[in-house]
Amino acid sequence: MLGKTANGLFWMYRYIERAENTSRLVETGQRIALTRLDSPDDEWHSVMQTAGVAKAYNRSHDAVTKEAAIDWMLRAKENPSSVLSAISSARQNARVVRTALTHDVWEAMNGCYMALKDVLARRVNERDLPAVIDLIKERTALVRGTTQGTLLRNDIFNFARIGTFLERADNIARILDVKYYVLLPSVYSVGSSIDNVQWETILRAVSARGGYRMVHGSQASPRDIAQFLVLDRKMPRSLEFSVTKIRDNLEYLALDYGERHRSHELAESLKQRFTAHDIDAIFDYGLHEFLQDVLGSLNELGQQIEKDYRFYE
Amino acid sequence: MNESQTFDEMWGREQVLRSPYERFHEWFEGEDIARLRAKQREAEEVFRLTGITFNVYGRAEAEERLIPFDIIPRIISGREWQKLSRGIEQRVQAINAFLYDIYHRQEIVKAGRIPQEMISRNDAFLPQMIGVKPPGGVYTHIVGIDLVRTDDNEFYVLEDNARTPSGVSYMLENRETMLQMFPELFSRNRVQPVQTYPLDLRRSLAACAPGDVDEKPTIAVLTPGIHNSAYFEHAFLADQMGVELVEGQDLRIVGGKVAMRTTEGYRPIDVLYRRVDDDFLDPLNFNPDSALGIPGIMDVYRAGRITIANAPGTGIADDKAIYSYMPDIVEFYTGEKAILENVPTWRCSEPEALAYVLDNLHDLVVKEVHGSGGYGMLIGPTSSKKEIAAFRDKLKAKPGNYIAQPTLSLSTVPIFTQKGLAPRHVDLRPFVLVSPAGIKITPGGLTRVALKKGSLVVNSSQGGGTKDTWVLED
Repeated sequence: MLGKTANGLFWMYRYIERAENTSRLVETGQRIALTRLDSPDDEWHSVMQTAGVAKAYNRSHDAVTKEAAIDWMLRAKENPSSVLSAISSARQNARVVRTALTHDVWEAMNGCYMALKDVLARRVNERDLPAVIDLIKERTALVRGTTQGTLLRNDIFNFARIGTFLERADNIARILDVKYYVLLPSVYSVGSSIDNVQWETILRAVSARGGYRMVHGSQASPRDIAQFLVLDRKMPRSLEFSVTKIRDNLEYLALDYGERHRSHELAESLKQRFTAHDIDAIFDYGLHEFLQDVLGSLNELGQQIEKDYRFYE
Repeated sequence: MNESQTFDEMWGREQVLRSPYERFHEWFEGEDIARLRAKQREAEEVFRLTGITFNVYGRAEAEERLIPFDIIPRIISGREWQKLSRGIEQRVQAINAFLYDIYHRQEIVKAGRIPQEMISRNDAFLPQMIGVKPPGGVYTHIVGIDLVRTDDNEFYVLEDNARTPSGVSYMLENRETMLQMFPELFSRNRVQPVQTYPLDLRRSLAACAPGDVDEKPTIAVLTPGIHNSAYFEHAFLADQMGVELVEGQDLRIVGGKVAMRTTEGYRPIDVLYRRVDDDFLDPLNFNPDSALGIPGIMDVYRAGRITIANAPGTGIADDKAIYSYMPDIVEFYTGEKAILENVPTWRCSEPEALAYVLDNLHDLVVKEVHGSGGYGMLIGPTSSKKEIAAFRDKLKAKPGNYIAQPTLSLSTVPIFTQKGLAPRHVDLRPFVLVSPAGIKITPGGLTRVALKKGSLVVNSSQGGGTKDTWVLED
């Protein structure tokens, strides 16, 4: 496979994952705004922070308003992580790697772009927001579904998966890091209703409410939430799950190519960090510090994969 | 019924249904116009979703556009096609012999059939190719011959495309779309298949691999990138052939071979089907500013260690000034009269011809020698006095830049409009593959159609559309 193709696949799937995560954050923000009468527009600032797009927003806006925040996250061209930008980038990458994709995946990707470009051509009315969010989920799910259903399980698939899970791990770590203070043991003794909303935000933002209830019952405790999102092995959006998938797919590549690289070592040692500690040990070490370490490692791993598989000249 | 000025391929000149269209006509009579309208929209949807688009330069917003597709097939009988393909084969053979000669002994110049300066002063002539023998002796691996029809038995070659002819993906996708939308039409008619083209192309390219390569040569398609107007086609062909689609930045010279950067290191390429112009092929040997090419590829080529398809320097054979000599070229190399006719052409570089052209601008089509895509030309009969006057000045300033031809009465073929069938002018570009194993012509080709009533300009960049082209099994 061409290094350029590996690069294109990696980024195509990163961007799809990003679009989906961003739309989920918008949904969460809107949900909070509707269910909490005293909710200030400030909450949108925190939502944008979790999406990692708050700084750029502040540079071009004087104040945080709900309308502007939603617009920034869904369709701003100047925001490279907005749903529209991410989907455009995903599709641009898909065009570059078109020969590596099946017809089904390409059509799902192109159809996703055409449909979203269309509904995101104008500001989204509050009335239409739920339908738009649904469409984003549906269209990205189609790309994911055709990928699962039609791609050969070879290096093409591995690079697609590595891109997906690197982005996912990065997103979750960032969401947790922005909200880590509500998960700290010192806070959960307080147990105010504000914190409950914050916890719910976190679970909603990663589509984990149902899963959490199945595993931990309806009682939400910060410790259990942290355990679930950081260490749970069966939760497809936990850090441990994502990191394991990255490691596994890198291992398949090594098997396929008959060659190991530094990125394999990095992935293995990142994965070890999740097996060696339980959640109490992580709290002792400091959740924020732990998440910062993970974010740093993910970044380093991404760069090492680029080098090892010759994404660029 | 009066005899019409224009020959219609369905109705002839006298409104009598021609035999290739008999079964189609029967079918069409039983069809509901509303259903066909829905089908026409459905076809557009298919094209948009598949991404069969071309990019328009200099227009950020409408970056990707569809070439309009018309659902009415153009139908050619097997007998008509046989004659055409004999003529095409002869012409393509002559073009390859001409290229070999021009870059070696130049016998045709010595024999006085072509003036020396037509070659040496021609921008399309590449001195770097002198004495180079391309692998397999093939210069034009892929050729597109543009034909127009004026009567029942009258075809003319309008242009030879010997550099990087495009459009073959439309030929294939048009057929694919028709098969999906109108299966019943294919049950009624025995249409010769075109779908083998990608495999034929792959085989043909493999047969041209350098001599020291084993039986499974590595082939790649070289594209300028996703912003190129024909990027869809480049990706499509690479995909259909099952080969890599590369850009200049994926390639470098490693161990005397052109190699592509893969996830496992550099891998050598034996045959490069390039869709970039000569100028951008090698910044060391040609345009030093090119970011698209591969520095040093020409040295590898001269060492006989890679096949470049089409060979550099083939543009000299499809130059519009050389075109006027094609009847001589065919006769010189094949020893036979050309089966396909050339459109009579005045070379404005010649004073007598220039005088005639200046006197008859309102009747003639004047083209730039090096132009393409229907730009920079004058169509006398449809131009205003002012336009003709402006063109006259350009022509006088640089007569050598132009050739002129009579306005041909191009044949028409029905297209589907809101009100039903309506005749529009068409041309035809069959695709030809050349290898040491032989010349292969795909039955059919790309029919381009001027969608505006009465218009003679079929170029997609100027509002033309395409049609599926059928050659029947007689």
